[in-house]
Amino acid sequence: MRVIQSVYGFAGVLGLILAGGFTVSAQDVPDVGPHPPQPMRAMESHIGNVTGHAKDGKMNFRRYCAGCHGDLGDGNGENAQWIDPKPRDFTIATFKCRSTPTGTLPTDQDLYNSIGRGFTNSNMPIWNTFSPQQRADLVAYIKTFSARWEKEKAGDVIKIPPEPPVTLESIAHGKALFTKLECWKCHGPQGKGDGPSASTLTDSKDQPIRPYNFADGRDDSRFKCGSTNQDIYKIFMTGVDGTPMPSFADVIQPNDAWDLVHFLRTLQIHRHSKENEVLAAAHGVIPPYVEKQENNPAPAAQPENKPPSSGGH
Amino acid sequence: MRVWAQSRLVQKLLRGTSATIAVFTLVLFVASTSQPASAFPAFARKYGLRCSACHESWPMLNYFGQKFKDNGYQLMNDRDAPIWQNPGYWPVAFRFTPFWSRESTNKVQVDTGEGTSGLQRITTTGFNYGGLDILSGGTLEKNISFLFVPSSDELGAFHFESANVRFNNLLHSPWLNVKVGKFELDSFISEKRTLTLSGAGGGYQLFHFVPVGDGNIFAQLGDNQLGVEWMGHSMDDRTRISAAVFSSTDGNPDVGYGQNSYSAFFAASHAFSAGKLGVQRIGGYALIGQAATSFLTQNGGDPIPGSGTGNKSFSRVGFEALFYLGPKLDVQVFTQHGSDNAWFGACYGDVFDTGCNNTDGVLPDGARNPTWNGAFVETHFVWNPQFTIIQRSEWVRMSQQAFADTPSNLGNIDTYVFGYRYNPFMTSRAGFAFHNEFSWFRQRGGAPDGTDLSTNSLMAGFDFVF
Repeated sequence: MRVIQSVYGFAGVLGLILAGGFTVSAQDVPDVGPHPPQPMRAMESHIGNVTGHAKDGKMNFRRYCAGCHGDLGDGNGENAQWIDPKPRDFTIATFKCRSTPTGTLPTDQDLYNSIGRGFTNSNMPIWNTFSPQQRADLVAYIKTFSARWEKEKAGDVIKIPPEPPVTLESIAHGKALFTKLECWKCHGPQGKGDGPSASTLTDSKDQPIRPYNFADGRDDSRFKCGSTNQDIYKIFMTGVDGTPMPSFADVIQPNDAWDLVHFLRTLQIHRHSKENEVLAAAHGVIPPYVEKQENNPAPAAQPENKPPSSGGH
Repeated sequence: MRVWAQSRLVQKLLRGTSATIAVFTLVLFVASTSQPASAFPAFARKYGLRCSACHESWPMLNYFGQKFKDNGYQLMNDRDAPIWQNPGYWPVAFRFTPFWSRESTNKVQVDTGEGTSGLQRITTTGFNYGGLDILSGGTLEKNISFLFVPSSDELGAFHFESANVRFNNLLHSPWLNVKVGKFELDSFISEKRTLTLSGAGGGYQLFHFVPVGDGNIFAQLGDNQLGVEWMGHSMDDRTRISAAVFSSTDGNPDVGYGQNSYSAFFAASHAFSAGKLGVQRIGGYALIGQAATSFLTQNGGDPIPGSGTGNKSFSRVGFEALFYLGPKLDVQVFTQHGSDNAWFGACYGDVFDTGCNNTDGVLPDGARNPTWNGAFVETHFVWNPQFTIIQRSEWVRMSQQAFADTPSNLGNIDTYVFGYRYNPFMTSRAGFAFHNEFSWFRQRGGAPDGTDLSTNSLMAGFDFVF
């Protein structure tokens, strides 16, 4: 009887193990073998009065883009291994340059602009030789790589208030914010991209990434997502998704962001700008920022985590 | 080497020496398979872009490739300077073309017996290869670029097809670019980048046309020239404009026959979007210049280099256009009105050709400026970036002969080309194409007996660059 019980017991345990094993196996084993080709999503893009069609963008994607972004849009083209930073993976639909809040999809116009603008300090050229139709078709085709575009809508475009005048005070406030928000930890005290955290930064795919070096900026300098003050403002407020650059939309007020823009322009010491003119008129010295009396009766001191110095050199 | 060899051969052919005719098509074909200043995998390697990013079908540039060239081989993404490259990067590429061909000429003068001769068709088949092009180019520093192209004929005799340095975006303006050295003239329809390779149809006749009996050897549109060029373009390259001044030596250094005289080339074009059809480009060009028509001689008739006198003028003007009819079909149109001074038309100027080298300094009675008109239409059907079907029809018509009693159609040319080009793979490391082409060429009055000369070529080969 004991033997029978032992046999039943053993069989039960074995059954459980095998059942569990099969369950685990069924969960772990990938769906191997060839898959039938997926039909292309009938995606469209809308840029002004131009409508882009994915099917019309496919050939140009293959001709111009697939070498880096891959035929599947996964950022694994044959050149990807040689490129730094790595090409965008369209299958996860995370985009750096948007006019929409962080975490949301960009507008078609954002993607359209990115293609035509290119990305400075990367291998992404300025594809402004395309016609508007060709670019719109490419935007539509890029959207076929991720199902997010079928499930979600693009985020709401952020509002950019008019830029206030550049003043020494706004630059000083921007400098205080640069310190307070710890921008210098990545971008460096002089904006050279050499902050203490710079060497540790990685993007969302664990690829090393470098913070922007403001100090190299010349008259023809560009940022990743544009070249105007409005573009810099937008970068603060939307963040650069997929990178360590966060959105500050919940942290700073619009006027604060403009002050930060004005200060950052002074870090571009070789660039002719209104900000540098204002700074030059002050003999290159940014005074300590003092909170306005009505906002804060106590004079604002420099933040505790003050870097060695920043700007105005 | 191809272009110069072709222009010389064409001239000799037109003067009707049977020996030259006999080898015309074969030699012309061999020479024409060398296409210097073409596709450049070194750029693709540098930037990690496929050939198709810059080439409609290599070596023909698309708009992006044209902009890259106009920017001085720069993408303008702040990674153009060599300092950004892996130290092991070497900006050099090689192009070579082995092929089989069949060449046939309808009327070649052959010996038929003692002291007699007749005309006969000669057909030649066989394996061959073109010359070698060594392409080196890129940036020396941001906004300073260079192009250096040693090129050999099929026997290994080298010359420098291109050797120039370019200063780009001076004063931070894309409208201010200056190139110095030996360079291709700035026609956006480029013979150096033509998709045709065969003997009778590889080159553009209008880029080298010289009327029968004309001695103007000094400035051919299709030959790279020695001089200086200013070029400007809009940021998106939609508008392009250039002006070049160069010695009237047809790009040959250390020759005296064209020194002390200069030519100039002007080009302008504008591209515009036509909705679903694509981006269209239209433009015009003008080559005007002057060159010597007589020389002092020594040793009983040898021209003394640099002693040219009696500068006379010549011009080549026309329109060019590139029309896209949707994503897969484009049409190039090129026109020309050419004119040479009567002295050239009376066979003055060509110091090399003893068969057509007037030196007595007297303009024959009734001599007048030879003029002509011509055009070609070249169509590309890009089935996909790897497979392109090519067709070209070209016509040259004399509108005025140098002498009134010359048959009005003498020297008129018709050329038709049809072929395809297939790239089995497409990467940023090398270009490899299977090329198959048939071409037919006819020149009125070009045969030794004064009747029409026609040749045809069939070629199949592998064109590769790495």
